[in-house]
Amino acid sequence: MQKTKSSEALKGIVRHQLFIPVLALLILAVFNLIADPNFFKITLGYNSVGDPVLSGYLVTILDYGSEVAILAIGMTLVTAASGGQDISVGAAIAIAGSVILRVLCGNPNELLEGLQAPIIVAFLVACVVAMLFGAFNGVLVACFKIQPMVATLILYTAGRSIAAWINNNTLPIVTDTSFTYIGGFIPGIPVPTPFFVALACMLVIALVMKFTNLRLYTQAVGINESSSKLNGLNPVLIKILSFVILGLCVAVVGLIKVSRLSTINYSVVAKDIEMDAILAVALGGNALSGGKFNMTASILGAYVIQFLTTTLYKFNVQADALPAYKAVVIIMLVVMSAPSVKEKVASLSKKLKSNSQTKEVA
Amino acid sequence: MSEKNKKTAGSVSLLNKIANMTDTNLLLTITIVIFFVMYIGAIVFQGAGFLKPQTFFNILNANAALIIGACGMSIVMISGGIDISIGGVIALVSMSCAVYLDYHGGSVIGAIGIALLIGLLYGLVQGYLVAYLNIQPFIVSLAGMFFARGMTTIVNSSPFNVAHEEFVALKNFRIVVPFMGSVNKKGVYVDAYIQIGVVVALLVVLLLFAMLRWTKLGRAFYAVGGNAQSALMLGINVRRTKFFSHLICSLLAGIAGFVYFLYVGSGSPSHASGLEMNAIASSIIGGTMLTGGVGNIIGTFFGVLSLSTIQNIVSSAGLDQAWWTGITIAAMLCLFLVVQSVVIAFKKRSLRK
Repeated sequence: MQKTKSSEALKGIVRHQLFIPVLALLILAVFNLIADPNFFKITLGYNSVGDPVLSGYLVTILDYGSEVAILAIGMTLVTAASGGQDISVGAAIAIAGSVILRVLCGNPNELLEGLQAPIIVAFLVACVVAMLFGAFNGVLVACFKIQPMVATLILYTAGRSIAAWINNNTLPIVTDTSFTYIGGFIPGIPVPTPFFVALACMLVIALVMKFTNLRLYTQAVGINESSSKLNGLNPVLIKILSFVILGLCVAVVGLIKVSRLSTINYSVVAKDIEMDAILAVALGGNALSGGKFNMTASILGAYVIQFLTTTLYKFNVQADALPAYKAVVIIMLVVMSAPSVKEKVASLSKKLKSNSQTKEVA
Repeated sequence: MSEKNKKTAGSVSLLNKIANMTDTNLLLTITIVIFFVMYIGAIVFQGAGFLKPQTFFNILNANAALIIGACGMSIVMISGGIDISIGGVIALVSMSCAVYLDYHGGSVIGAIGIALLIGLLYGLVQGYLVAYLNIQPFIVSLAGMFFARGMTTIVNSSPFNVAHEEFVALKNFRIVVPFMGSVNKKGVYVDAYIQIGVVVALLVVLLLFAMLRWTKLGRAFYAVGGNAQSALMLGINVRRTKFFSHLICSLLAGIAGFVYFLYVGSGSPSHASGLEMNAIASSIIGGTMLTGGVGNIIGTFFGVLSLSTIQNIVSSAGLDQAWWTGITIAAMLCLFLVVQSVVIAFKKRSLRK
């Protein structure tokens, strides 16, 4: 009797959506522990200004994983509502970053000293611009019924060009030191700031989920658009809304990206980050064809992806070769979650079970 | 732009005629008309540069690989899928061939073999995942694209020019087009020429056109893309058809990779970046519907020509900063996507009446 109870509990754990990302995290952690236990070492040092700073692979994961986690929030909503993914986030980050630089540094043709506008103004302008581009994608998807990935292909193609055009292809540098706090460390706090930014984003989205019907409506539209329409929802509006929210996430990540280096390179900033964001959503066990979603699993998935990236870097894998390994992971994930494969596995396990049962009876 | 508006206005008045046209022919006509209007406009407004036949042949020379890739893309799109891995495959093929020729002393025939093999393997894997495991083609080919780009770096991370003698001879081989030459500034008559890649591209266009029009498989592509359910009812093997569409597309990407390699004569991880976007844009401009079931190879051919003519116009108009190319292509893609969706919605309404 007790045995069946424990096996049922085990089944419940295995079926839980958080199971895949947690399992992947454990596998990676164990792998690193065997390969090199130093991976988990965190040291407290001091940076050039004399502020306490934590360093180590785990801190790097927390730092850069936060960017992907913020994007994963928006990407999960877009995936759930539209049944497709936005592949233009990398290009949109370039645009948002370029806008921030333009506002902070002023006209690129004149060399001006100091900040031309408060950081918060630059950020708000970037938010508006990124949300407008999000709305553009959303309108193409919702009103013109173009597949999301093809619709966002337009911005993917043009985004980096637009980003270069905004600053007339110059790379202005923000000289103000307080600007670097957002992508680096706030004096006195040894934990990287992007992690706190990500925490704030998670808190906001958690509150929105709790006090509004966003989750219910998004899932309803994703599961069956026409029946959600019959129930009085406006699928067009909800789809556009999900793209606008993603735009907001993009602006936040753009701010972090610019702050890290005080400038950006339009053609390489946030390159392939769309792949990471989509991978995070997939790893979180969310159906890439839309419908139900689990935000926590996506966010956890984002950190797992960064864990994988950092592990690969540690083994001296070239940055340009990384996509090849990640592509293998993404293919493995989608193959495992493909319905026909799932059916086969289920029938196989059923067969095994019935075999063992007949043995018991005998 | 105004020509475009006139054209749409004209199509409103020709309502009856258009309602009787198939979607494929309608979109094809729009594309061809736009291409000629654009080219004549370029001759009128930008002067004699476009009047020389060689300008046109140069467009062909530079875009032979894109034509082949876009043809493959059209076939996948007609059967309702999409493949964004072709740019990556082209980069992988040119890098592998370059390394094989220069570092391993291979032959040109062997290099062609490598190109075909990479294309075939890609087609088999992607086709299987899409058709038999029912995974979204976009996700599969997105992973394929990243895999190919990553593999290119793993094969060799730094770009280099190929010095293989046989290959360089083949690369510089020029086919003279009779009676199309022009007199240059010094008053010397210069022959117009095309490269071998163009011949391959034209052959591919003709072959695929014939296949789509007259073979069973070709008709099956349209049927599956139009409505997979009813295609199944008609007794078409939907899965096999989808599988073949991806197989053909990736194989063509392999061939396009070699043609591209023949044009640039070097291997680099950044080769053909964004080519998949241009291929999709050309197919869409050429009247292939993203939803599947509608499309034409001749249209795709004209789509590539329109796209590169626009690029030539943009650069000869003095807007030669790199970003204008990206912005114009995206703008054109956007315009045609919207026009498609409007035209089809309009046609559906007129048919219902």
